[in-house]
Amino acid sequence: MLTCKDASHLLSEGQERPLGLQERWGLRLHLWMCVSCRRFERQLAVIRQAMRSLRGRAEAEAPDAGLTPEARERIRRALAEGCAQPRD
Amino acid sequence: MEETTLNKSIGDQAAGSPETWLDQHGSALYRYALLHLRDPHKAEDAVQETLLAALGARDRFYGGASVRTWLVGILKHKVMDQFRRQVREVQLEDPDDVAEADDPADETDFAPSGQWRNKLTDWGNPEDTLERGEFIAFLQRCLDALPQRLGQLFWLREVLYEDSATICKHLAISPSNLWTMLYRARLGLRRCLDSTWLKGIGHAG
Repeated sequence: MLTCKDASHLLSEGQERPLGLQERWGLRLHLWMCVSCRRFERQLAVIRQAMRSLRGRAEAEAPDAGLTPEARERIRRALAEGCAQPRD
Repeated sequence: MEETTLNKSIGDQAAGSPETWLDQHGSALYRYALLHLRDPHKAEDAVQETLLAALGARDRFYGGASVRTWLVGILKHKVMDQFRRQVREVQLEDPDDVAEADDPADETDFAPSGQWRNKLTDWGNPEDTLERGEFIAFLQRCLDALPQRLGQLFWLREVLYEDSATICKHLAISPSNLWTMLYRARLGLRRCLDSTWLKGIGHAG
């Protein structure tokens, strides 16, 4: 019989690897009986979806951020040095 | 800008010259690096390393993909390298942060019997929850509150969309170690969101 701790572990691992048959059955049985773990399952789904929208949001918020002229100059110099070295 | 450098590189490479990479793609690469590394200096370093690596590898650019895609591909690896360095640093500084079988974080959530200490609260439908923009803001704050290593691994997995195998290979950790840390990151975020976001909307209790 799975504990909530076991079940939550499997729910998380299910996002990383395909669960085995036995694991899936054990989990299904546990979820059927346990409201907290059913909620945990949904919370994980919310977190996963939210993480994906976090990226879009971060990109949208920084449309003007870019290299400063100084940073650009530093990189330009590093590249010039890189260019000067013989290539194999 | 010296004309000789320009003339030498223009026209003889499908990928273009490092000068034009910097002019045309520099800021886009920087934004990408900043988004993931969240530190201007590290982001600048990553851009520089990317352009230098591209310089060394431009013979292998076939022009099938756009130059931007090619450069971003290289940058992605540089970002992973940065993460690896940071994860290593944390390991050295703070051995307690390294995954162990005995997990104090688990004990916060679970009684010795393995049951949740407190019944979990219903967060509602994912769609409804996410429509409220503030959830995302709380998530960002909770990510920052995680131990750095956990937060970065979770970011790598969920935002950079790297699969477990790639992360394990790059960071030289075992799959079970990675899964345990992702599990802890999820528990930590869940707990944090429960006590910040959920409390804020007056759902809790």
